[in-house]
Amino acid sequence: MKELLKVKGLKTYFYTYEGVVKALEGINFDIYKGESIGLVGETGCGKSVTALSIMRLIQWPPGKIIEGEITLDGKDLLKISEEEMRNIRGAEISMIFQEPMSSLNPVFTIGSQITEAITLHQDVDKKEAEKRSLDMLNLVRMPDAEKVLKQYPHELSGGMQQRAMIAMALSCKPSLLIADEPTTALDVTVQAQILDLIRELNEEIDSSMLLITHDLGVVAQVCDRVAVMYAGYIVEIGTVKQIFKNPYHPYTKGLMYAIPKIHVETKRLEVIRGVVPNLITPPSGCRFHPRCDHAMDVCKKKAPPTVKVEDGHYVACFLHGGVK
Amino acid sequence: MKLRNYIIRRLALLIPILIGVTLLTFTISHVIPADVARHFAGGAKANPETIARIREEMHLDEPLYKQYGYYLNDLIHGDLGECYTERRPVTEAIKQYLPATAELTILAMVMAIFIGIITGVVSAVKRNSWIDHVTRLIAITGVSMPIFWLALMLQLAFAYKYPILPLDSRLGIGVVAPNHITGLYVFDSLVTGNFTALKSSIYHLILPSITLSFASLAIILRITRSSMLEIVRSDYIRTARAKGLRERTVIYKHALRNALIPTITVAGINFAYLLGGAVLTETIFNWPGMGRFAVAAVNNLDFPSVMGFTLIAAIVMVTANLIVDLLYSVLDPRVRLGD
Amino acid sequence: MGFFDEWKKRNESRIKETKFTLNLFRHSFLSMLGLVLILLMILTALFAPFIATEHPNYVTLINPQGQRVTEQRWEIHFEEKLEPISSKHLFGTNDYGYDIFSMIVYGSRLSIKIALMVVVTALIIGVVLGALAGYFGGWMDEIVMRVTDIFFSIPGLILAMAFTAALGRSIEHVMYAMIIVWWPVYTRIIRAQVLKTREETYVEAARSLGTTDLKIIFKHILPNSFAPLFVQVTMDMGAVVLTAAGLSFIGLGASPGTAEWGLMISTGRAYIFQAWWYVFFPGMAIVLFVLGFNLLGDGLRDVLDPKLRR
Repeated sequence: MKELLKVKGLKTYFYTYEGVVKALEGINFDIYKGESIGLVGETGCGKSVTALSIMRLIQWPPGKIIEGEITLDGKDLLKISEEEMRNIRGAEISMIFQEPMSSLNPVFTIGSQITEAITLHQDVDKKEAEKRSLDMLNLVRMPDAEKVLKQYPHELSGGMQQRAMIAMALSCKPSLLIADEPTTALDVTVQAQILDLIRELNEEIDSSMLLITHDLGVVAQVCDRVAVMYAGYIVEIGTVKQIFKNPYHPYTKGLMYAIPKIHVETKRLEVIRGVVPNLITPPSGCRFHPRCDHAMDVCKKKAPPTVKVEDGHYVACFLHGGVK
Repeated sequence: MKLRNYIIRRLALLIPILIGVTLLTFTISHVIPADVARHFAGGAKANPETIARIREEMHLDEPLYKQYGYYLNDLIHGDLGECYTERRPVTEAIKQYLPATAELTILAMVMAIFIGIITGVVSAVKRNSWIDHVTRLIAITGVSMPIFWLALMLQLAFAYKYPILPLDSRLGIGVVAPNHITGLYVFDSLVTGNFTALKSSIYHLILPSITLSFASLAIILRITRSSMLEIVRSDYIRTARAKGLRERTVIYKHALRNALIPTITVAGINFAYLLGGAVLTETIFNWPGMGRFAVAAVNNLDFPSVMGFTLIAAIVMVTANLIVDLLYSVLDPRVRLGD
Repeated sequence: MGFFDEWKKRNESRIKETKFTLNLFRHSFLSMLGLVLILLMILTALFAPFIATEHPNYVTLINPQGQRVTEQRWEIHFEEKLEPISSKHLFGTNDYGYDIFSMIVYGSRLSIKIALMVVVTALIIGVVLGALAGYFGGWMDEIVMRVTDIFFSIPGLILAMAFTAALGRSIEHVMYAMIIVWWPVYTRIIRAQVLKTREETYVEAARSLGTTDLKIIFKHILPNSFAPLFVQVTMDMGAVVLTAAGLSFIGLGASPGTAEWGLMISTGRAYIFQAWWYVFFPGMAIVLFVLGFNLLGDGLRDVLDPKLRR
């Protein structure tokens, strides 16, 4: 499989009144062409920050990408000019967000917002752009698409709003679509519809997708590979099958065990003891060690390196290598 | 379609409010402790017969509700009473003085809105820069100054110390007013090609309009700035950036359009201060408008004029509020089409 | 001191929030500046007899309307009229030879008195009407809303002018007129807050326990409705003084000879080109007074806004 996007050593910090939040502490992963990869973790682990960093949408103040390399098509996105980056945003890489209601501008029609994206990146006249907007709405199976073009965001239901956002994001045929918790704010039934839509679109269109979520069920439904994040690090990465069947990292294991299984009789639900760390004063060494039942001395001192455990399956844990 | 219903509904609400205002002005004019009839008959040395006659003419001995009836009846026929000081119908006086006030007030409002919004946006975009601090300082001093004092200071500076602008009045000495079309000198002189009058009237408008617009400008600046600061943090702005739009488009198209909504609301509320300020400004600059007329009326205890003026001010306010409401529904589709 | 410790423990979080608020406030330069200006005004007013160099007399007489009034009278010194700033007269003298600095100092008393009386009275009226309208709703609410609508349709200064003209020229009448102009503002604010608080679950709970309406209003609703008022009241202290100065300037308020800032500007206007200080200093006094309250109000608003707090 060919690489589309390569992230190396990405570090993003936020300089706040209370201290420096070390949100991303050097993450590495690749996204391949045509695949759908999930980025999983609890709230605050840095998944959204990763996405925003790739898009170079981290606002200063208070956030700043400290160092790293994000290679797309041979270009380092962190080194190109703002103008070049703008040409990439919305066109080669586009993003959809969690709350579709507040993510659409309330004073512009759906049609005009989609058309705006098209005319910005593609050399077409207004009429052609409007036609393409309609095509996009049909692509996302929007009911009554012609009417929706002229409607305002608040007139649509949550599910329809999210479809509109997807239409807008896909309108310029991006090579990478980043979806930041696209179904979290929706009703469960609508969630299922949108996920189905995303999965179908993945097969129809040739884009890769980075799906950010805290819900392992969503990952299982839609993704090919998955990266597990904890407190600013990627702790494990592999195919969905590998991770679900064979989790190596204690955190990943904890996540898997925490999923209640219908067919097994249990008395108590499994939890990962402890709480998510404060990223202003994170734990030393491996950030998971305070909550880890298998923590060793070295875990408190050094951050574990990433080691290969299977083909395409990597873990960052001293239990599986890296100790000299 | 729904917009039309909305307009009709708002217009219908106007009527009870205006009636209520007439009730208020009527009440005020009957709070007067002085003997009105005696006052109009000439004061202390008035002839008792004249006083009695005036009492009958003004229906002063009849029950209050009947007096109110006469009052409303007069109003519907466009009769606001007779101006005590000028011995002519109040409506005539108002017709003469209204254009001058209109010209000044409209100009001040336009200045306040345009300059206020633009500086507000710039201030928000360059938050905490020196431009921001300076504009905020000017803004907060602007709302802390008595408008008549500002007028005097401006006169002192620009009409006396460094006399580059005229001291007062609408036109220079010897300059004849342009042929009357609307009563707005700038418009009239432009249309009739009277360039002396045009130049003079523009020059004379500068200081009064700056004075009058200053406080409103400050308020509009502040609301625009704070709205922009808040809006710029919202999700849809993040989406706009994620689409790859230039920052300028994000700010001036996506953010500003939303910031205009609270700004228009505030501007509408602020219009009342503008009208009040016109009264004071016209006094200082000897501007032959409604404000100066009102001050004279109040000092001469010319009650018909005072009530007439108050009523006109209310009508203007109500109309302005209606316009603001309409604008609001145009700007915010959620109001227009939704609930 | 068992009782005090107990109280501290029960109100622990409220104390913590208040401390945080005060701390935020302390760090705002402009808010502190506002506070300083206000303190300056208050101290000047309190210690006027010690700060001013000349002092007014008070005479009681019958005015043209036949009422008994007390008015301020300053000592005339025609030989010193319209003198510029000097060591003897810090802000110069006016057309009667009065020391402008002293007049301004005593004027602060009048300004504070006017501001307090108008705001407090209008506040009381407004809170009562607003709470009743908001809580009981129905026709009471409709009437109050329509009446406030009517009052809002007439610009404040103009309505005050009309009232003062009708009642007769005096500072007291100016205050009554301003109270009439201002009460609708507070009514609306309290009503809006009451409407919001009324729907809260803890009010429902109290009602289900059988608490009387009056007690609910006083114990639960009103305390939670005061927040937006703080800012409004602070800013209004300045706005009232501005309006009062405007009315005096027109000739409707203080009687001639009184040390009222607006009136001084009005008389000083005739001499503006010969004696700029006559107009300048009273105006500056107004600016500092109003600025102080505006800065304080602004600071309060920023500090109390939950979005800007952290």
